[in-house]
Amino acid sequence: MQPVEQTNLFFRQRRWSSLLGFVLIGLLSLGSAWLTEFDSVRAVTSFLKALNWLFTRFHPTVESLAKLPKIGEKMAETILMAITATMMAAGISMVLAIIGSQTTRVNSFFGTISRGLASVLRNVPVIGWALILQFSFGQGMITGLLALLFGTTGYLTRAFIETIDGSSDSSVEALRASGANYLHVIRHAVLPSSLPQMMSWILYMIETNVRDATLVGILTGSGIGFLFELYYKGSYYNHASLIVLVIILVVIGIETLSNQIRRIIL
Amino acid sequence: MTTVPRKPFDKSQVWLRTVLLLLTGVTLYTLMQLSAPDLDQKLALMADNFRLMFSESHFKHLTLLEGLYGIAITLSLAIQTTLIGALGALMLGLLAARNLAPHWLTSIIKSFVALIRAIPTILWVLIFAVSAGLGSTAAVIGMTFHTVSYLTKSYSESFEEIEPGVIEALRGCGARWWQIVFQAVLPTSLHPILSWTFIRFEINFLNAVAMGAAAGAGGIGFDLFMAGGHYLDFREVGMITYLIIAVSMILESSSIQLKKRLEL
Repeated sequence: MQPVEQTNLFFRQRRWSSLLGFVLIGLLSLGSAWLTEFDSVRAVTSFLKALNWLFTRFHPTVESLAKLPKIGEKMAETILMAITATMMAAGISMVLAIIGSQTTRVNSFFGTISRGLASVLRNVPVIGWALILQFSFGQGMITGLLALLFGTTGYLTRAFIETIDGSSDSSVEALRASGANYLHVIRHAVLPSSLPQMMSWILYMIETNVRDATLVGILTGSGIGFLFELYYKGSYYNHASLIVLVIILVVIGIETLSNQIRRIIL
Repeated sequence: MTTVPRKPFDKSQVWLRTVLLLLTGVTLYTLMQLSAPDLDQKLALMADNFRLMFSESHFKHLTLLEGLYGIAITLSLAIQTTLIGALGALMLGLLAARNLAPHWLTSIIKSFVALIRAIPTILWVLIFAVSAGLGSTAAVIGMTFHTVSYLTKSYSESFEEIEPGVIEALRGCGARWWQIVFQAVLPTSLHPILSWTFIRFEINFLNAVAMGAAAGAGGIGFDLFMAGGHYLDFREVGMITYLIIAVSMILESSSIQLKKRLEL
């Protein structure tokens, strides 16, 4: 075949495959829009209307500043809840990850069980856990805490397993070869080499959980989510906007702080 | 037994331990503050509820077909959000990549998407519901915000990993910005883009479930909310949970498969 023909064929194939991709995506979006009765014209107009409303009406006033102490108190409660859920989950995940990792597992049976449990925990949405736990614990902080704990355990176990598998292969082998027992291997090879990365995941989950706690709070009546729901339903949009501002400050603050810590420990 | 000399002072170790200790301290403090009357009874109740929920799950107010219809709606919400979000993020991502756009522009866009990401999805949805009304439109718009922000960050990071020589060579040949984007940037980063988009689709499915439950977006999330919050039927909650787990596990494993195939 002539080189020119070959190039033409290459471009023709590429054109066809990208055309096919676009047609598929188009069909997919049309189908899903039809199912959810999504009206794109209405979406655009209401999007513009909402932006307009956001900039002209959704801002704190002097009155809403009086609510700041209360908002601060609920925000602190939410942050504590996020940290507590993450740390408890980290403890459980550490055990599950050591059992579930290819490098450190006791045997494949427990390994599979541990990974299966983590998979179930993380594939139920946090809101599902909140609804399920409400049956036993009613509305309140414990329901929120446990809902976050369950989901976070699922995520952290997966992250920790990847960390252990990725970082401690050679040192584990070296210690094993020198006759160290299982606990020694964990304590002196696995933990030192994976702890910084695990810490980084913990910091990330704390940030995520502050945001998720807002969602869980709306459903379980706790923390900052509860307060937002209260102001929102009562149409006190100025107070609600103050909450949004506080959340932005807190989340970006946590993100900046964790990035600083990450830079030092990694 | 011989003593091993102590390791020299290590700043990162000290920080790691301090942060860990601090967070553990906060956790213990919170747990002590938490008043939980008859916690052991409630935990026993929870265990019992779990058993009933997952061993005697049934459909009562819902048929299997309606459940699957709910799943289809929730998946559609996730698809729409992901597609619109990916389109927006592709444009913003190009302008946020350091090797494709001026420095001042990339930092503006990066801080802008960080700001968007700081606000929880549910708040975006509720904010838009004030003028659009609760429903699928508000949910899609609200969820799109987070999707754009997340994908802009990951897309721009993939663009930044392109070898600088490629872009330089094209620029040297007199290629315009659009030509560089379409001939070099997009083709080489197609695989990471696809895999990030699919990961976001997975996240958006769970988000869409949550928005159905908390913001009236419909779908399986709303069914879950009705079974749990309205009918108080935890056996049905169990059944719906099974459905959600099944779908999101399928999505998760296809995402892993996709990642594997793209890396080859």
